Amino acid sequence: MKKNGTSMAFYVPYGLWLALFVIAPVILIIYQSFFDINGHLTLANYQTYFSSGTYILMTFNSVWYAFLITVVTLLISYPTAYLLHYTKHKQLWLLLIILPTWINLLLKAYAFIGIFSQNGGINTFLGMLGIAPKQFLFTDFSFIFVASYIEIPFMILPIFNGIEELNESFVNASRDLGAKWWQTFTKVIWPLTISGVKSGVQAVFIPSLSLFMLTRLIGGNRVITLGTAIEEHFLVTMNWGMGSTIGVVLIVAMVIIMFLTGERKKRGRRA
Amino acid sequence: MKRLISLVVAILVAVAGLALWSAHLQKSQGATGDNTLNLYNWGDYIDPALITKFEKQTGYHVNYETFDSNEAMYTKIKQGGTDYDLTVPSEYMIEKMKKANMLIPLDKSKLTGLKNMSPDVMDRSFDPGNRYSIPYFWGTLGIIYNDKFVHAGEIQHWNDLWKPQYHDNIMLVDSARDILGFSLVSLGKSMNTTDAPTLQAAKGKLDELAPNVKAVVADEIKMYMAENEAAIAVDWSGEAADMMAENAHLHYVVPSEGSNLWFDNLVIPKTAKHFKAIYAFLNFMMTPKNAAQNAEYVGYSTPNQAALKLLPKAVQNDQQFYPSEAIIRRSEVYQDLDPAVVGMYNDLFLEFKMYRK
Repeated sequence: MKKNGTSMAFYVPYGLWLALFVIAPVILIIYQSFFDINGHLTLANYQTYFSSGTYILMTFNSVWYAFLITVVTLLISYPTAYLLHYTKHKQLWLLLIILPTWINLLLKAYAFIGIFSQNGGINTFLGMLGIAPKQFLFTDFSFIFVASYIEIPFMILPIFNGIEELNESFVNASRDLGAKWWQTFTKVIWPLTISGVKSGVQAVFIPSLSLFMLTRLIGGNRVITLGTAIEEHFLVTMNWGMGSTIGVVLIVAMVIIMFLTGERKKRGRRA
Repeated sequence: MKRLISLVVAILVAVAGLALWSAHLQKSQGATGDNTLNLYNWGDYIDPALITKFEKQTGYHVNYETFDSNEAMYTKIKQGGTDYDLTVPSEYMIEKMKKANMLIPLDKSKLTGLKNMSPDVMDRSFDPGNRYSIPYFWGTLGIIYNDKFVHAGEIQHWNDLWKPQYHDNIMLVDSARDILGFSLVSLGKSMNTTDAPTLQAAKGKLDELAPNVKAVVADEIKMYMAENEAAIAVDWSGEAADMMAENAHLHYVVPSEGSNLWFDNLVIPKTAKHFKAIYAFLNFMMTPKNAAQNAEYVGYSTPNQAALKLLPKAVQNDQQFYPSEAIIRRSEVYQDLDPAVVGMYNDLFLEFKMYRK
């Protein structure tokens, strides 16, 4: 009985945190989304959202760019994490990968402005090779590049942990049984590390859906995502209802992603 | 873990110590309750030397807090819990705050120096008779060009922006009202247009500008223009002054067919408490010498005629920042529009930003 009581007490801070900072804000956002700009209770915000081509296109844009960012980070992160597993001084390398996350996102964005600008590092280098200055800033390329750069550590870490847990003897066994390198990878390594990949995808895709500062700083507002629209509704038009509606749509989209990439428990078999 | 905890404790102790020390310092400067003035202003929008001078002269202590958009300021004051004595909204926001009953009328009998103000900036539509507000700075919306890429005189009108030779070379400031506004002027319409078809037409014309638009950015525009990233930008005169201070190749043009005329005025919000300090400060800032010093620091156009006379001749005659009567008369001041119309402006602007060439 006593043991039970103390363990319940440990849940109090967690429960409070969850209620105050997760559940309450979500309820507030859902509540706000049912009010129009004049404070009347209405479903008009949802109607506007789903009937306007602008918002639908913006939703598509957000998902598309988030998808591209996720694919790029995954393509870079998986081999990196795999090689990392076999290097000496793993912890040091891992630290170097995590290091950039200690620096504020805005500072990193400003650094990239310096690198990509007309007089920046890359264009100076191209100039020495005799290539005319190219436009990097405000292009899709630079946006996806910078966003991927920022998200990469969040993809590498879970994959790295997944690979670390991989039992080496499975790999050796498949080789002994005559599997080609590619077969070992698709039949053994990939399935056994898929959970790390899934959590990596979650950790990258979900924040990418609502990126907004980068769309302006690096994308020059040529890339418009739902985050931009939310910012505008809260700060400029003061139409909090519409802003919240977009927020609700984003939350639903994130839940769907979580569901799709989450661990599904198999029935009838206990792990 | 132990080391981590002791580190955190050390940091907390240091912070608490510093807080106590700063509180002690403030007290020794006489900052006790009634002796303060809570000024809520835009960032870097007053010469700090003037605040020190005011504190020395009058013995009041100034708490300077900043905001970065009219809307943020409005929301913060409206939600309560603040005790700002003075704030500096732009013209349309003054109208909005007036409607929301958030302003206290000025007691003119306590003001000295109103006569220093230029008649051009007084008694405007947003505050007839200046019942609530005193002009602080004013300016225009215009075009900044870099003479390395654009010859002087090539850009005189809004329509010049649409010339194909400026392909991918124009930066716009991220503000729905201003960008749709100049498109409206280029069509010969008012910047305060509220009807949907005209706004739609203005947005259609902006879509044609899209191939020339390199980016739609905010504050960073200053840095980009100073570093020759683009040849042309559309921005406010105050921002233009900042850029020009960094790069001598930049010039500012107010199109002769007219533009937007903006005002940032001092007002007393309902949250005000220290009225003696407020009037002391208003009178202090209206003194020509102080206003001139402030204008020199901030770089915006001063509404204070007497102060303008104290500024160098080159500034007084600068057509870029003190445009001719004719241009001023043709320019429009923003009215506070219905929230639904503001929404329409912003939705159209979002659509324009999403439009791909």
